[in-house]
Amino acid sequence: MVEYLLTLLMLMWEFFKAGLFAIGGGLATIPFIYDIAARYSWLDAAIVPDMIAIGESTPGPIGVNIATYAGYNAAGIPGAVAATLALVFPSMVVIILVSKVLKKFAENRFVDGVFYTIRPAVTAMIAAAGWTVLSTSVVDLSAVSAGWSFDSFLAMFHPVALVLFAAAFAVSKIWKKLHPIVLIAAGAAVGIIFKM
Amino acid sequence: MRELFRMFLAFARIGAFTFGGGYAMLPMLEREVVERYGWATESEIMDYFAVGQCTPGVIAVNVATFIGYKRRGIPGAIFTTLGVITPSIIIITVIAALISGFIGNEYVAHALAGIRAVVCALILNAVIKFWKSGVKDWIGILIFAAALALSVLTSISPIIIVVGAALIGVALTLARGRGKGGAENG
Repeated sequence: MVEYLLTLLMLMWEFFKAGLFAIGGGLATIPFIYDIAARYSWLDAAIVPDMIAIGESTPGPIGVNIATYAGYNAAGIPGAVAATLALVFPSMVVIILVSKVLKKFAENRFVDGVFYTIRPAVTAMIAAAGWTVLSTSVVDLSAVSAGWSFDSFLAMFHPVALVLFAAAFAVSKIWKKLHPIVLIAAGAAVGIIFKM
Repeated sequence: MRELFRMFLAFARIGAFTFGGGYAMLPMLEREVVERYGWATESEIMDYFAVGQCTPGVIAVNVATFIGYKRRGIPGAIFTTLGVITPSIIIITVIAALISGFIGNEYVAHALAGIRAVVCALILNAVIKFWKSGVKDWIGILIFAAALALSVLTSISPIIIVVGAALIGVALTLARGRGKGGAENG
């Protein structure tokens, strides 16, 4: 019981921090989720890609969906509620403060200057999270751990996953309006057909 | 009290019927908030989106807080925010409960493996979009490279990376301000 309450408290503290520092919405939360999974046993990094897929293919803001899913996996329904409320609390406080000075805030040169450097950093953190997902699904680095050779290089890629990844990327570039749900459903179908 | 409840319901509808968050919620927001109730104008909503992107947290939540606060102060902000997150909490909890019941199932495992490959493509798209809107010049490229190296090679907290990048931004703004001031004085 004490351990459970402690997990809930840690969950709220961690998602409070994610809510305060994840800037740029939705997927900006992912690096924080991986960071939490690396430090606590109640969250498993292996489920993060499932979390993203579910967050993208269900209604509601992606960041909120991800927090709810992570909270549920860590501590059941109370965890889902606690993580989500903790995630939105800091942004509520910040917005209420900013509301009073909306125009000045948007035109402030320091706000501009900070976003000029934060955006590239956020881009890099999302790219790093993408690499983590890639290295657990499409690429298997353990194949080259014994040394690089033509064969080990080829063995590094899961062929079906690589084709699926490339196809999903190409399709989403050609039909820009295509909803991610369609791609996710197609991915599930390919996964079942080819027994990935 | 009745209006607070109405605000909660309006934002719960928005949360329940937008897939993907962010700008995807704009059409629903316009229908409920601008056309149906007149709680904000279209140009106000665009301002909220602009600021919502530069403040911490989920953009949809930020926009909900803005409108609730403008209309009814802090209680309004609380009701609209709870409204927009309530459908997510219910839907995701149900799905998470279902999935954990099926986690040993062979077909679910295959489906999730396929989905993971697609998720990589979705993340790559997000990275390209962020890069186009956020990395403007060689300073941006340097910060991107440094943040990428730190994220992949070390287990440093993302908070440190965000705060570090913000401090560089403040320093650059100060340096530019001084440069400009000096030129004007000279």
